[in-house]
Amino acid sequence: MRRIVLLLVLSMLGWTAAPARAEEDDAARQARWQDLRHAVFGDRQVEEGAGIITLDAPPRALDAALVPIAIDLVGPAKVTAVYLVIDENPSPLAGTVHFGPAADTRELRLRVRVDAYTLMHAVAETEDGRLFVAETFVKAAGGCSAPSTKDQKLALERLGQMKLKPVGEASANKSGETMQLLISHPNSNGMQMDQLTRNYTPARFIQDIRVTRGAALVFDLEADISLSEDPAITFGLLGKAPGPLAVEVHDSANATFKQSFELPGKGS
Amino acid sequence: MTRRQFTALIGIWLARTGAADAAPPPSTATPFSMTEVAPGIFVRQGVHQDATAENDDAIANIGFIVGPATVAVIDPGGSLDDGARLRATVQATTDRPIRYVVMTHAHPDHIFGDVAFVPDHPVFVGHARLAGALADRGDYYRRRLVEILGADRAGDYEVPTLLVADRAQLDLGGRILDLQAHGAAHTDNDLTVLDRRTATLWAADLLFVDRIPAIDGSLSGWLKALDGLKALPATRAVPGHGPPIVPWPAAAADEERYFQTLASEIRALIAKGDDIETAVTGVGLGERGKWLLFDDYNGRNVTAAFKELEWE
Repeated sequence: MRRIVLLLVLSMLGWTAAPARAEEDDAARQARWQDLRHAVFGDRQVEEGAGIITLDAPPRALDAALVPIAIDLVGPAKVTAVYLVIDENPSPLAGTVHFGPAADTRELRLRVRVDAYTLMHAVAETEDGRLFVAETFVKAAGGCSAPSTKDQKLALERLGQMKLKPVGEASANKSGETMQLLISHPNSNGMQMDQLTRNYTPARFIQDIRVTRGAALVFDLEADISLSEDPAITFGLLGKAPGPLAVEVHDSANATFKQSFELPGKGS
Repeated sequence: MTRRQFTALIGIWLARTGAADAAPPPSTATPFSMTEVAPGIFVRQGVHQDATAENDDAIANIGFIVGPATVAVIDPGGSLDDGARLRATVQATTDRPIRYVVMTHAHPDHIFGDVAFVPDHPVFVGHARLAGALADRGDYYRRRLVEILGADRAGDYEVPTLLVADRAQLDLGGRILDLQAHGAAHTDNDLTVLDRRTATLWAADLLFVDRIPAIDGSLSGWLKALDGLKALPATRAVPGHGPPIVPWPAAAADEERYFQTLASEIRALIAKGDDIETAVTGVGLGERGKWLLFDDYNGRNVTAAFKELEWE
């Protein structure tokens, strides 16, 4: 409940303030981040994340509805969660990832919508409860209000389908492996009006993605309208855990999509 | 109802019908100088730019076909002024009324001149999915165009009143136009027009010449649509962007080569397990120098195509 109230407050901030902010200076952007930091983390200290976490995004997005971002967790400390904040989006807390014992937490990639020129923050929470932040700036606009669906018919036919793909060349000396999960889902945000009925198209977006291997959690992603259509998540998997990879996706229309993937070529 | 009331109503009805039949108000806008690319087919070539306050969003090829009885406008222009000038050109060219305004797809550079034609009471014609696309995106397009041109110049879209799910014909008084609705290609609501009399295909944005095509539908769907269009009995085509008229089907070759290049390079990356970030930095670069506005659109095209092809 607390999370819902928080998101509502943040959405109101975003809705009214976003269009005017594109031209604002760094000071205003930093002030907004301080507000958001306080809203998400309260009084907890958020430390500079150099050496622990990096956040990469294209400085100028080619498609504001599909901005690929990469979070690398490079420090020695064990990371238990990552928070992604897109400061100027209508709902700035774009996603929260909780890692489980089957995760290789070094790498995380997502595709997001960006609604205005914005600072973006990734915050890592380490095992000992400390928070470390990385920041980047992205020039993109309109990714939330412009629906990215290019083929409405196909989007409906494919709703809830998933794919799991190995990422990069297979390497014998890697301790784990990197996988990409694709989920076909419009992840629409309800910001478009139907001209005939004058009603807003109901929002339908993914709220939770839970990936487990055998009994062990890989990660749980609490998501929001800021994920791109057909969300794609690249994550690391520890090599040792046995069993198939199970994915469970829950969306705001109260639908659940489940799929299980055998992982080939992994002798345990 | 008394007989007198009934007669009065008929009188009002006749008066209104009469008013609708009378010549619509003349345009005060400045006509374009247009190319008559085939007998009765007039095309205004758009500039190879994106919308700016200076170019009035007059960036698409737009025009009209004059039949024995009526006129069909094919794409009413990119803004209120663009549409008003097209309407003035129709009036300077012929006395025949504008019966149809064909909207070839939902993009603003082709249809935001709609409002200029409202005084003609035309039938606004579009793909069956056009209404849905405009419901989703129309207000967004309008906001973006208002930012560039201002609210009084941006124009607006009309809700289509004749929807084409597959094929339809418009009769301009013996001159038949064959309309074809396509699956997702340039957008998911592309409509093309074939003028049988002159074997002219109005390909609109299914055909880009010189200017790099923009994929807002489906790469493989677009290639498939081109296959169908190449089989039509047409010897020339009106591209949505490019010269006013080009030989058909020869003019499709550049676009097809670009799409096939994207498809094969992206499929190779997907097979290797590479992601979209890698694709946007390298795919299609052999095509740079062959297209105007390449750097503005290639990365976006690669993003759209990658997102499509990774689901194959």
